[in-house]
Amino acid sequence: MEYYLQLIVNGLVVGSIYSLVALGFVVIYKATKVVNFAQGELVMAGAYVCFALTVQFHIPFVWAFLVTLVFSVLLGLVIERMVLRPLIGEEHISVIMVTVGMSSVLKSVVQLFWGTQIRVYPQVLPTEPVVIAGLPVAPVYIAAFILSALLFAVFSVFFKFSHMGVAMRATAFDQQAAQSMGIGIKNIFAMSWCIACVVSAVGGVILGNINGINAHIGHLGLKVFPAVILGGLDSLLGAALGGLIIGVLENVCDGAARQLLGLGGFREVAAFIVLVVILMIKPYGLFGTKEIERL
Amino acid sequence: MQGKCGLFFTTYRAEAQVFPSGFQKSMVGLFLAILCAVPFVLNTHLTSIVNLVFISVIGAVSLNLLTGVCGQISLGHGAFLGVGAYAAGQCSVHGVPFPLAILTGGLVTALVGMVFGVPSLRLKGIYLAIATLAAQLVLEYVFLHGGALTGGSNGLLLKPPSILGFAFDSEIRMYFLLLAFAAGALLMVTNIMRSKYGRAFVSIRDFHLSAEIVGVNLFRYKLVAFGVSSFLAGVAGGLWGHYTGYISAEQFNIGLSISYLAMIIIGGLGSVLGSVFGAVFIVLLPEVLNALANTLAGFWPGIALHVVAMREGVFGLVLILFLIFEPEGLAHRWRLIKAYWKLYPFAH
Repeated sequence: MEYYLQLIVNGLVVGSIYSLVALGFVVIYKATKVVNFAQGELVMAGAYVCFALTVQFHIPFVWAFLVTLVFSVLLGLVIERMVLRPLIGEEHISVIMVTVGMSSVLKSVVQLFWGTQIRVYPQVLPTEPVVIAGLPVAPVYIAAFILSALLFAVFSVFFKFSHMGVAMRATAFDQQAAQSMGIGIKNIFAMSWCIACVVSAVGGVILGNINGINAHIGHLGLKVFPAVILGGLDSLLGAALGGLIIGVLENVCDGAARQLLGLGGFREVAAFIVLVVILMIKPYGLFGTKEIERL
Repeated sequence: MQGKCGLFFTTYRAEAQVFPSGFQKSMVGLFLAILCAVPFVLNTHLTSIVNLVFISVIGAVSLNLLTGVCGQISLGHGAFLGVGAYAAGQCSVHGVPFPLAILTGGLVTALVGMVFGVPSLRLKGIYLAIATLAAQLVLEYVFLHGGALTGGSNGLLLKPPSILGFAFDSEIRMYFLLLAFAAGALLMVTNIMRSKYGRAFVSIRDFHLSAEIVGVNLFRYKLVAFGVSSFLAGVAGGLWGHYTGYISAEQFNIGLSISYLAMIIIGGLGSVLGSVFGAVFIVLLPEVLNALANTLAGFWPGIALHVVAMREGVFGLVLILFLIFEPEGLAHRWRLIKAYWKLYPFAH
């Protein structure tokens, strides 16, 4: 029983990172209808920049973190302006493939600068585990969970009450109507990429503090798909819940497969089997908007 | 060079020809003759690259039928190639003759493709893309953990193929085998595209609701598209496995699926000729980069370490640039060049 409880706790932590990355994905999809296959690479970029600042340039962690966020905003602006804007109005496949191409480029740049070996972050938080409900939990896990929850709260409020947030929701609902009401669509698109880059970078930094980073953490981006499909592609709450559920589910399935069937590496596919099942039963997820097509 | 100014058809039959003009026929004949002479001129390394191009042409044209013509985005094509490779490989290992093994590989893949095509009735666009992404990852897992069926992480070892006692054990012999298969696949897809099925596929791509209203059975035609496309992918996979003589799970990862999608985008969606251009481009790209790195190695000694990373970056960059500046692909550029020379020197 304790084995599974531990799996669930680990799942929640991994899931909170999935939620963060999924949040970035959903913000982009909501505002621009772009399916971003480079979300994992945005995580990677943020993680490596923060790593370089703290370890290679010896900047205190807090400052490095802030500089990373600024860098992410710039990265988002550059991506939106250079890559995505020329493709506004193109077919799904073109937009998907341009983000795939972007992910290749980002991966390649990171490999050129930092190689492929695992890099370890300096210890920021104490390492002695905190005991919660009889289970030892590392402080960095708790910090990760709290930080994710905090970001979600901030963005929920942002979308609900701020001027920009309301404008973004309006754009998501109907681009033409929003434009005719005086909302600058291009600014909204740029803003959504910036937000996505920033939350991804935060996810990357958290991930770096937990496991260290290597050039393969971009694979995380694929795990986002089960999470967002489960939650609904355009729902913030869905992203949060979907990420957590997928995180727990894949950890528990992996543990169960290991213990009961002796199968290794089930973690990689468990989420995707769930994904196929959801797509068959409820393609618009828990909270997604159903698409209506007319002739 | 050209007799009359333009082509004037008096029968539907004449209009539906694959190569309507005599000039085109002679050019295609000339091209085939050159292709037959090529392996005797090139060295072994270059011949092996051309062989890979042939295999990629089959894979690319099959994906183009599904994605470019029928509009069903598939991110699982690499895994379909893998299914074909393993099925054909297992047949060969158990002593089934080579042509039958390839055929079985194709049929098994068609079946798997149709199973994963079933969700396409409910799912469209990005949802289907994500479902096929799931198919890719699940199949990858099966390849790696399939036990005796796939050889797990050890992979499968295969002998060179032989037909009626004639062994295709050198690059040149393989060249002609693969050339025949590639030409057959291109002919097959061209013919499908000008049949009832091809027109139904195009109507589904353009707008599925309209297609359904004019009487196209969406489910049936989408399944056929998945079936035919996966069949050809399976054949390509089977050929690839027999050509390299070794099948491992890493060959058929998501990267392969992405490079096939890149081929049809760079070549031109929905165009058979575009699939060929795209396959040639994507197969040659890393080779050209390697050659470039070797020449530059004298000036910049550390470059060999960076080539792998750069290859991926250049691939991504090329993809982005094509999507932004040449969204209709090389096939479109080829049409423009042809039109220019047709009117030369009076082009306006």
